[in-house]
Amino acid sequence: MHPAFSVIFLTTLLGAGQGLFLALVTGQVYSRIHLIEAQSSDYYLFGSLIAFALLLTGLVSSFFHLGRPERAWRTATKWRTSWLSREVIVLPLLMVLVATFGLIHWMGWTQPFVVAGEDALPVDASLLVGVFGALVAFALFVATAMIYASVKFLQEWASPLTVFNFTFFGLASGFMLAAAYSAFLGNDLVTFFGTWAVIFTAIAFLSRGASLLRNRRIKYRSNLKTAIGVRHQGIAQTSQGFSAGSFNTREFFHHRGPRTLTMVRSLFMVLVFPVPVLLIGLAYVTKSPNLPILAFLIQYLGLVAERWYFFAEAQHPQNLYYQRVS
Amino acid sequence: MTQLALVIDLNVCVGCHACVTSCKQWNTSGWAGPMVDENPYDADPTGTFFNRVQTFEVGSYPNTETVHFPKSCLHCEDPPCVPVCPTGASYKREDNGVVLVDYDKCIGCKYCSWACPYGVRELDAQQKVMKKCTLCIDRITDQSLPEAERKPACVLACPTSARLYGDVHDPDSEVSIAIRERGGYALMPEWGTQPANHYLPRQKNRMHITEDDLQRVDNPLKKEDLTVYHGEETLEDVTW
Repeated sequence: MHPAFSVIFLTTLLGAGQGLFLALVTGQVYSRIHLIEAQSSDYYLFGSLIAFALLLTGLVSSFFHLGRPERAWRTATKWRTSWLSREVIVLPLLMVLVATFGLIHWMGWTQPFVVAGEDALPVDASLLVGVFGALVAFALFVATAMIYASVKFLQEWASPLTVFNFTFFGLASGFMLAAAYSAFLGNDLVTFFGTWAVIFTAIAFLSRGASLLRNRRIKYRSNLKTAIGVRHQGIAQTSQGFSAGSFNTREFFHHRGPRTLTMVRSLFMVLVFPVPVLLIGLAYVTKSPNLPILAFLIQYLGLVAERWYFFAEAQHPQNLYYQRVS
Repeated sequence: MTQLALVIDLNVCVGCHACVTSCKQWNTSGWAGPMVDENPYDADPTGTFFNRVQTFEVGSYPNTETVHFPKSCLHCEDPPCVPVCPTGASYKREDNGVVLVDYDKCIGCKYCSWACPYGVRELDAQQKVMKKCTLCIDRITDQSLPEAERKPACVLACPTSARLYGDVHDPDSEVSIAIRERGGYALMPEWGTQPANHYLPRQKNRMHITEDDLQRVDNPLKKEDLTVYHGEETLEDVTW
């Protein structure tokens, strides 16, 4: 498939935004049950502003993929059948919840309604919105990934691993960003978020590694025989019916050599996994405030490459019909 | 329920592209709006077509056959492009099974083209909406046309009658009979899309001549001759 940067930025920015929001909610839950030290309201306010900004940038980026963006409101109508429609509904819902979460902290509406046990778990508005938002954030991971995983004849994508990858890459980059944000402020949560970021990066490595191995040995169900219905070993296209490019030749192929693909794969395997983990480890030892920020930026760059590869790798069966110009 | 479709006879398609040009002419000047061509005289022209004729070579030299293969939207019974559309712009007509795009609802997100394994949808470069074969819906449903002309433009234009058109759900229609009696098949059956359009396979028209065919075994007239002869001139004298 042709990797469009609008979609690459859409999926990676949304992932980081969702992950950051999940990190903030996780941090808040941990501090409420007194496992880590409590943070000021400003910490959550600016954190949710960053998450909101990422989600908004992702949303804006998605418009560049549309031929007729002025009609985008129509996309919410077919949620019964289309994962794209479902994503379009869940994303604004999450943005509203992230904004509400920030607003609650800004306005200081954090007086607990109920306190479970002896101050073991105070339940306030931000906790309720946070936990509901976390569920919606996971729903958004599923909706975004299923857009690709539900196209059954794009066999590279049609796997539960696609959903796992999108989710764990989002979690890894989001917690990495939370660590970077904490390091920037100089508070004590760098280790907490950094550790989770490393754990999610490791899980993402296993999941993406599994999908790379799976895709390497894919047996394509369509071939020229089934495409034109002629049962013969030796079929070759001599003409695709026209001599220049068309939508079909542009949209379904990455137009790069196989070497570029291998290079991008090696690049993201280095940038997404070992380098950020190493940097977080170094930050832990040196207490550096800059290394976690660098770790997030490098991992994000790697994720852009990963998403490019994700699109470029997928072989659409329609390419069988568009192989030869004469 | 009616399911209109094309059946294409690969025995007689000669790859003349008459269907392609008539399709472009009819649809670009009709209900679908212009099918834009960009840089038509430059090095890299590009344009929108509903129908393309592709050519495949089967076998290895010198035992090869050239298969001209016209392909347009197959109007699947279970079209994968329809459920993925987030706006409902892609739809399948309930009354005649034709898959269409509502150009006023389409947002040009290209998702339906990803969801079509056959690559028969094309995004119009200027209008930025998805376009595809309409089976000439404006011709075939136009009651003011004489019935013989209520057919897609490609069918009317084909000089070799390689394209049949009709209701594949009606067992007595020309297309159903052709599919049934001549082994009509669908493309990429592995995806379960059940295309309504079918293709009629090439048939081997080979003559087998054996020794017996070349040898005169007996004179049938002699064998059947029951006449009693009395020395006069017989038919035998004429034929030997």
